[in-house]
Amino acid sequence: MNEPYLELVCPAGTPAALRAAVDAGADTVYCGFRDETNARNFPGLNFDRREMKEGIAYAHAKGRKVLIAINTFPKAGNAAPWHKAVDDAHSLGADAIILADIGLLDYARRAHPAQRLHLSVQAAASNAQAIGFYRDRFDVKRVVLPRVLTVDEIAKLTSEVGVETEVFAFGGLCVMAEGRCALSSYLTGTSPNSQGACAPASHVRYDEVDGKLMSRLGGITINSFEKNEPAGYPTPCKGRFVADGKVSYLFEDPVSLNTIDILPQLKAAGVTALKIEGRQRGRAYVAEVVGTFRRAIDQLAGGHAGMVAAKSLDQHSEGGRQTTGAYKKSWR
Amino acid sequence: MTSPFKISIGPLLFHWTPERRRDFYFRMADEAPVDVVHLGEVVCSKRAPFFDPMIPEVAERLQKAGKEVVLSTLALVTSDREMEALEGAAEAGLLVEINDVAGVPAVKGRPFVAGPYINLFNEDTLKVFEGLGAVRACLHVEASAQMARLLSAVKGKMELEMMVFGRLPLTVSARCYHARAHGLAKDSCQYVCGFDADGKPVDTMDGQNILIVNGTETMSHGYVNLAGKLPELQEIGISHLRLMPQDVDMVAVSKLWRDAVDGRLSPAEAESGLRGLCPEIPFVDGYWQGREGLAWSGEEAE
Repeated sequence: MNEPYLELVCPAGTPAALRAAVDAGADTVYCGFRDETNARNFPGLNFDRREMKEGIAYAHAKGRKVLIAINTFPKAGNAAPWHKAVDDAHSLGADAIILADIGLLDYARRAHPAQRLHLSVQAAASNAQAIGFYRDRFDVKRVVLPRVLTVDEIAKLTSEVGVETEVFAFGGLCVMAEGRCALSSYLTGTSPNSQGACAPASHVRYDEVDGKLMSRLGGITINSFEKNEPAGYPTPCKGRFVADGKVSYLFEDPVSLNTIDILPQLKAAGVTALKIEGRQRGRAYVAEVVGTFRRAIDQLAGGHAGMVAAKSLDQHSEGGRQTTGAYKKSWR
Repeated sequence: MTSPFKISIGPLLFHWTPERRRDFYFRMADEAPVDVVHLGEVVCSKRAPFFDPMIPEVAERLQKAGKEVVLSTLALVTSDREMEALEGAAEAGLLVEINDVAGVPAVKGRPFVAGPYINLFNEDTLKVFEGLGAVRACLHVEASAQMARLLSAVKGKMELEMMVFGRLPLTVSARCYHARAHGLAKDSCQYVCGFDADGKPVDTMDGQNILIVNGTETMSHGYVNLAGKLPELQEIGISHLRLMPQDVDMVAVSKLWRDAVDGRLSPAEAESGLRGLCPEIPFVDGYWQGREGLAWSGEEAE
């Protein structure tokens, strides 16, 4: 198979989403086991071992790859589920395992010397020296870059590190450095790092107060909506807060990342793969977003620039709005 | 009897003027009964040039006063300039605290401290860091007593440190929220973070104090306070207690902690003394309890 122009790496939270992603043109699908070993540990999502085996068979039959994300940080005193997940991902034939924890990388490299490993965005390796550490120590072949870098910085990094780089192309935008955010655990006690869930639904509440809808996380008010306003999910960094007496979306407006308009720049930066966020999203989202990116990439590969417009994905974006986020320096 | 703990002053995370910073460290040298003092900019590389020229003078004064000086380094390294700052710190002849994995190759095998921004959550990771040359690890803000106990059981010769007083650095970003709150961007920030010596309060829409922004960092509004947990910290084997510099009388804070660890004050008396020094600020210890970080097991503030 020829090297793709940009490898399209797509989320699958369920076996149905995996099939939808493959059918819509994903080169690669990433998914996780149904437990706290992966960073999208939400009820009703993810794969048991049998489903993973079938999913890998489905993808491989069509010449596509499956990556298994085991990208939370094992809890002290309880490494066994993470070790088992690595062992099972290996024996099930994952094309790569996506890891973040240094201790778990150490385990995976020793237990399965030939297994291809990728460095998860949760490791937040944001410079050549950090990536070099993971490359030299654990032989990671690809790094998923944290969403803190500009396109220029990505280009420079990619030329220096000697491993493939994968960047986020579309979806929910972490505005903090991934794997380095304790906002959700500060309010709920549930840590994205250890338990794999940011702003878990079990801690979310919507209350009506004086005609306004208050969204709360762990009992703390994250936002307040007028009757005619669409109510967003209370992710702490996406809320409205008060600083200096002014109410604002202090951390980030309700927007989604969308890079369709800058795909040629990402290609020119030497990026190997584009990642679509959204293992918590349904089959329809996956099919639509993957299909749109498939067309955009194929057109660029064929020399037709910019025919798929970013706004074609408006309906799948938070607040119907999109950003290129940290890829442009002015975002900072 | 020798004290079971060393008391350390963590890196100053706020953007104080160079003169105020220098005076702060001089007071730490001359008046504070502490064992370790951290220098160095952790939050934003744009701030570093202001105080960097004073570091040798301050380090010397601290060392003459018998303090161990540790140079803390940036939590998020993305640019060449930031990498050069990290590599420069590693060559400065002081024990270095790394807060980004890039610090591992930068120290070139010399002993180092793994800072609280490093994701060190379990025994396997601790052992890797020990093998890399870490002589001490300041545990992550999310660390619970249970996690500390499990890590302590395998720590070997490594020393373990806990942040026991002050605002918890909850997260780092490429974006500057201080600048954003002022309608500015990071590149044109005008150093507005310097207006807020203890960070800028960020409240909920119904008026609850909850978070603090401090440049690119977001912190807890409450101060962590583990004074009441001293017996447990000792029993677990934590050797270093880190007090984070806040806009309060840190000499008085450090004296209370010294009295508590030396047994002149009970943990409850120390806690009550600390309450008197910062009466407006809620205390938190939820992470230590294995709960939401903002929870507090002690008495409520007035």
